[in-house]
Amino acid sequence: MTETSAGSLVPEVGRLVIRFAGDSGDGMQLTGDRFTSASALFGNDLATLPEYPAEIRAPAGSLAGVSAFQVHISDHDIFTPGDAPHVLVAMNPAALKAELGTLVDGGTVIVNADTFNERNLAKAGYDHDPLEGDDLDAYRLVGAPMTSLTKEACKDLGVKPRDAERSKNFFALGLLSWMYSRPVEPTLDWINAKFKGRDLIIAANKAAFSAGHAFGETAELSDHQLIVRPAELPAGTYTNINGNTALAWGLVAAGQLSGLPVFLGSYPITPASDILHELSRQKRFNVTTFQAEDEIAAVGSALGAAYGGLLGVTTTSGPGIALKGETLGLAVSLELPLVIVNIQRGGPSTGMPTKTEAADLLMSMYGRHGESPMPVIAARTPADCFDQAIEAARIAIEHRTPVMLLSDGYLANSSEPWLLPVVEHLEPIPIEFAGDFNQVDENGDQVFWPYLRDDNMARPWAIPGTPDLMHRIGGLEKQDGSGNVSYDGANHARMIALRAERIARIPVPDVEVSGDADAELLLVGWGSTWGAITAAVRRVRNSGRKVAHVHLTHLNPMPANLGEVLSGFPKILVPEMNLGQLVRMLRDEFLVDARPVSKVSGQPFTAAELQQAILGEIGDDA
Amino acid sequence: MTDMLLPDGGIEDVPTTTRADWQSNQEVRWCPGCGDYSILTALQLLMPDLGVRREKTVFVSGIGCAARFPYYMNTYGMHSIHGRAPAIATGLALARPDLDVWVVGGDGDILSIGGNHLIHALRRNIDINILLFNNQIYGLTKGQFSPTSERGKVTKSSPIGSCATPFNPVSLAIGAEASFVARTHDMDRHHMQEMFKRAYEHPGTSIVEVYQNCNVFNDGAFETITKKDVRDDMLIPLCHGEPIRFGSEGQFGVARYDGGVEIVEVAEVGVDALLVHDEARVDPSTAFALSRLAENPDRPTPVGVFRAVDRGEYGEALRGQVDQMATDRGEGDLRALLHSLPTWTV
Ligand SMILES: Cc1ncc(C[n+]2csc(CCOP(=O)(O)OP(=O)(O)O)c2C)c(N)n1
Ligand code: SF4
Ligand SMILES: [Mg+2]
Repeated sequence: MTETSAGSLVPEVGRLVIRFAGDSGDGMQLTGDRFTSASALFGNDLATLPEYPAEIRAPAGSLAGVSAFQVHISDHDIFTPGDAPHVLVAMNPAALKAELGTLVDGGTVIVNADTFNERNLAKAGYDHDPLEGDDLDAYRLVGAPMTSLTKEACKDLGVKPRDAERSKNFFALGLLSWMYSRPVEPTLDWINAKFKGRDLIIAANKAAFSAGHAFGETAELSDHQLIVRPAELPAGTYTNINGNTALAWGLVAAGQLSGLPVFLGSYPITPASDILHELSRQKRFNVTTFQAEDEIAAVGSALGAAYGGLLGVTTTSGPGIALKGETLGLAVSLELPLVIVNIQRGGPSTGMPTKTEAADLLMSMYGRHGESPMPVIAARTPADCFDQAIEAARIAIEHRTPVMLLSDGYLANSSEPWLLPVVEHLEPIPIEFAGDFNQVDENGDQVFWPYLRDDNMARPWAIPGTPDLMHRIGGLEKQDGSGNVSYDGANHARMIALRAERIARIPVPDVEVSGDADAELLLVGWGSTWGAITAAVRRVRNSGRKVAHVHLTHLNPMPANLGEVLSGFPKILVPEMNLGQLVRMLRDEFLVDARPVSKVSGQPFTAAELQQAILGEIGDDA
Repeated sequence: MTDMLLPDGGIEDVPTTTRADWQSNQEVRWCPGCGDYSILTALQLLMPDLGVRREKTVFVSGIGCAARFPYYMNTYGMHSIHGRAPAIATGLALARPDLDVWVVGGDGDILSIGGNHLIHALRRNIDINILLFNNQIYGLTKGQFSPTSERGKVTKSSPIGSCATPFNPVSLAIGAEASFVARTHDMDRHHMQEMFKRAYEHPGTSIVEVYQNCNVFNDGAFETITKKDVRDDMLIPLCHGEPIRFGSEGQFGVARYDGGVEIVEVAEVGVDALLVHDEARVDPSTAFALSRLAENPDRPTPVGVFRAVDRGEYGEALRGQVDQMATDRGEGDLRALLHSLPTWTV
């Protein structure tokens, strides 16, 4: 039990998963986000999963229009947004119908009772009122007339009733804040800052929030109150960050660490657009954002900027990568630094644009014409997007190559507390532009050879404007060294071999095995599956069973010790949000009997699913 | 913004150069007799007069016969991929305003596969100079019809004639908000040089259509208008501030008619009725009407600068925003950025 500020004793729980669901227009993403923010400031560990429909406004009240936000808060370190929610907030019948199935038995259902009228029930496909029947018998129901109480609370503020109604999500937030003892100041501060200058809206939102808070007390919901204590996290300063913001900041940091201006060429696409938005706000870091006419121009402009000596970046999702393919081949041939970011989503084609998937690995590896090797790295958590953006830029610049950085819709939008790095501890990225002749020709004259390689097998980055080093580069095959156009077959074979070797030789850190080195089963993951795998492995090990996990950041080239690690485990499982792509690469490269665990339903793995997969492999009993 | 990158000697003390300084050591590999040679020569001869540095000059091209151009210039150059040169040049020019960026390409490269990039470059008005070598054919792929080939054109891919209506590149450019549009042809070095120089001097995107003879796959496409003995009667020179007049005796002119323009006999209408060319006219409708005088280059066709208006260069505006954000909110501080969302300390 913990005493709240109001003096009542409230039972503690170690963790709590809450799912906010409502119509697209109900503001559930914002409500979830605010609850998360307050929890972060309170000191919980947390993970979030926003899920919204592809349509901006699907028909109001329909099942298709339900938008949800799940947050997992805890008093210990956690890795996923939680398997099944303990609490469901349903702002209308459609949200209840769509989301009830995910709730744990005995879980709490909080509904906006005002919306359960005949019309809305029909739209959701109910032929009866679930609040009246036995539908919710297995759950603890809290019915709050949120709309009418919000209107009532705003009545004397001079706010139009229709505008007042819009604040009902703050009622829900107030109620939840009371039930789960969240601090209220962060929310009130945020309302003040967000709606600065619009006093009526501020007043209405605050009134709704307070009304929700008060409702908890007056409706005597105290037996619903719970508290999740702050988690013991490593000391330091934290912020709550999502993957796209972290990635954008990582690109800003890469510019600062290298001293290069950043040039982003991009074309809007879900779920990558937020990186374009964020970087467009950060121009004062010497960041230029160019919204191109299409993805081909986006990558073309970034490559042009890279040729000019800037840190060229392009951000997109799978369909955009497909369009960029030919230019990526050119970048491979030109051997210029370029960072390509793919925030993967459900495909093929437009697929499930707002849902997550990680099925572009093979495209990243092999999806170009010709022998076209490219380093590929993948971020594992929202905060890791920051580190991997820097890593991508570092590899690109040091090795003069395009680098593919993979994230996905889940990482892009979900958030977690991030122990902020100390800026002074970030390692600078050294830059070297060519300035001098590097060869003597047959006449004894000093000349410049654009394809003469350094110790990294990288060619000189000789940017236009450099006196004397005028030279021409292009997509035609080049003579090794001089860079002159060459149609010689033997030279072409040598250049292909050199391009393959220079990428294969990029040094990458070894993988570290977590869990039991002597386990029978090894899980190999990449990208955003890290959280679910880590949580599942922990559960299995807590039950006294052995299992191990390695997670790949570098997919091309792969860590040098990976083959040896794999060979130490009789069984290998590879969970992926695709039908088995890394698993093919592992089987191909290491001749191991790795087996896939697939999920392609638009949602990330839950820990429970992977726990089951592990037990399926090692047997259920000890 | 990129000052750190610029080993800039400035525009003063530009070393005097000759044509030879602008020639690369690569063997020129166009078919003998190709019009591309005379365009290359015209430009190499012009460069010393522009007062620019070789290392500050970049030619970017796509793919095609025309697109081989950068290899032959002793400057920086990129022979990129089919159609994408305007996009790549856009990035380069935005990144490096200190450079003179030229784009060279054929009618297939720039108007077909690269059409989207062309219209958006023109619309934005980034400071690049686009030279469109229009031979009304796909040369490098050995003779298919192109987006400028006339209707009915018989080629390997249109054995009984193409069914498609061609683009008029000048009309297209004007429609795409181009701030500088000119046309010239490969038989007149002096005129080419004048147009290239004007294009170079124009702040913003300039496009010059060059009628270019492909003597292998489309020989004589422009003969009807460019041959020495017919030129006077078939080319209509556009000179800013002067009445539009042509013909060996100056007997023809262009006058306004029915909302557009038409060719008239000076003797019939009188000199005062002739349209005085105003390339700086902001409203593009007269320039557009002039571009429609000849649908195809088989009747009297205007050459010269159709349009040259100054409407603000895109790169300057975009870089201005970078500077403005730095001025308004202070230079970026990474630590402050990382701490810009609510934080808490454990
Ligand atoms: C993506 C792609 N598609 C097609 C080609 C083949 N291709 C090369 S040049 C060309 C057309 C060239 O015509 P044009 O641009 O008019 O140049 P010209 O050779 O006439 O100077 C084509 C279709 C290519 N290189 N790349
Ligand atoms: S094919 Fe035509 S355009 Fe190409 S080089 Fe030969 S003559 Fe010139
Ligand atoms: Mg052509």
